[in-house]
Amino acid sequence: MSDTPTIRIRGLTKSFGDKLVLDGIDLDVMPGTSMVVIGGSGSGKSVLLKCVLGLIQPDAGTIEVNGQDLLRLRAGALDAVRSTIGMLFQNGALFDSLPVWENVAFGLLATHAVTRRTARVRAAEVLAQVGLDASVGDLSPAELSGGMQKRVGLARAIAGGAKILFFDEPTTGLDPIMGAVIDGLIVDCVKRLGSTAVAITHDMASARRIGDQAAMLYKGRIVWQGAAAGLMDSGNPMVDQFTHGRRDGPIQMELRK
Amino acid sequence: MAAVGRGFWLALSMAGSIALFGLNALTHIVRPPFYGRLFVQAFVEFSYFSLPVVSLTAVFSGMVIALQSYAGFSRYGAATAIPNIVLISVVRELAPVLAGLMVAGRVGAAMAAELGTMRVTDQIDALTTLSTNPVKYLVVPRLLAGTLALPLLVLVADVLGVMGGWLVGTAKLGFNSHTYLMNTMDFLQSMDVVVSLAKAAVFGFLVALMGCYHGYNSRGGAVGVGTATTNAVVSASILILAFDYVLTELFFAQ
Ligand SMILES: Nc1ncnc2c1ncn2[C@@H]1O[C@H](COP(=O)(O)OP(=O)(O)OP(=O)(O)O)[C@@H](O)[C@H]1O
Ligand SMILES: [Mg+2]
Repeated sequence: MSDTPTIRIRGLTKSFGDKLVLDGIDLDVMPGTSMVVIGGSGSGKSVLLKCVLGLIQPDAGTIEVNGQDLLRLRAGALDAVRSTIGMLFQNGALFDSLPVWENVAFGLLATHAVTRRTARVRAAEVLAQVGLDASVGDLSPAELSGGMQKRVGLARAIAGGAKILFFDEPTTGLDPIMGAVIDGLIVDCVKRLGSTAVAITHDMASARRIGDQAAMLYKGRIVWQGAAAGLMDSGNPMVDQFTHGRRDGPIQMELRK
Repeated sequence: MAAVGRGFWLALSMAGSIALFGLNALTHIVRPPFYGRLFVQAFVEFSYFSLPVVSLTAVFSGMVIALQSYAGFSRYGAATAIPNIVLISVVRELAPVLAGLMVAGRVGAAMAAELGTMRVTDQIDALTTLSTNPVKYLVVPRLLAGTLALPLLVLVADVLGVMGGWLVGTAKLGFNSHTYLMNTMDFLQSMDVVVSLAKAAVFGFLVALMGCYHGYNSRGGAVGVGTATTNAVVSASILILAFDYVLTELFFAQ
């Protein structure tokens, strides 16, 4: 395994107004592995991914993708890095002016890599991978259920064959069987296609299935990092409380600011 | 006093950021990729689907100008000037300004709502992650469509406005149909039409710019989208009237 991390984050800090969301995050994701990020609602997981995508400008810190410092890249080079990353947004973020298949094939069509006809065939293939029939391709995103939208978002993220994949809660809103199918698909992308993945999840079974490594975010910091297999018996009181869903422990529910 | 100063700076910085937004979009016009399909969509929305409202507005304003000026001018025995007055007011002012305002309410508002929704549901961010520049994809086609479609629309409005005046003139004010039209044709100057269309292009650009700017930069869920829509219509309307004065000064002031 190469020793340059695919993603290397150091001292990443971001606040919105006077609310400190990320407070000095250090994180490495090695090539061909998957990292699961867990943490309470509102702890800044989505913001973390958006910073790496350059969608949110951090206040301080460095983000390197394949050794390139994102915050110092010119716009053109930044776009080039971004196009190597596929992203599933937490809410799907499907383009509701386009039919499902064009959503899925959007990245392919945008780079003019393929004709519309080929793109359509490819879209049907990827839709099948996420358990959706090709006929779904002609519907508009508004006609889909929440879980179907999520799967179309996932199909869109992986359709372009991106070497880096970000999944913001890929299985939230799916039934348990479909959740397992999607987890399998993500593992496939990493193990078979050699992609590098970062997944945010609240589902511990899913976290252990998807993740090689896991990290827990709490109050803007990474409080624990280790093998995803050890999530349930990490010995860290915060992680234990979180993964077992106990009400009492070091993490106290507080009203979020 | 301090509040006035703050408001002034706020307005100035807003104008600055709108100008930057517009300039940035303009630099993308000449660089590929070009989104022809999106341009056509926006163009049809601006022109074809705005035709009914703009036509009705034009006809009625031509009619009302004929009626009003007759009421005023017949006192001085100048009623024969009606065709000319209708022509000048419709072509130079009413057609472009009213078409601009109508389109601001119809298309500008819809644009702000659409882009605003795309912003708050992360669709604009998603474009960026799919090798697509959102300014090029969303803003440029709309700006071009607005600038090119409004002149077409206003040309129709010019004709219909004059016909509105003719309708009232012949049906109610006792003008001979042929004389009315001949008067109009004799008085028609190409400069008036050029100005009419130039104003239309500027107003179309402004409507699209305001719709895109406010939508693109909207924040905070459904409420934010609502605010963006309102701001797009209000700011476009004010800018149309302000630029109307500036352009009139530019073309007609001696
Ligand atoms: N654009 C923004 N402007 C202001 N505050 C924001 C913005 N985006 C996120 N935040 C704040 O940052 C904090 C972290 O948000 P984030 O979406 O990253 O949470 P999360 O960890 O993904 O939570 P969840 O598990 O519920 O999705 C929240 O308190 C949120 O209010
Ligand atoms: Mg989130």
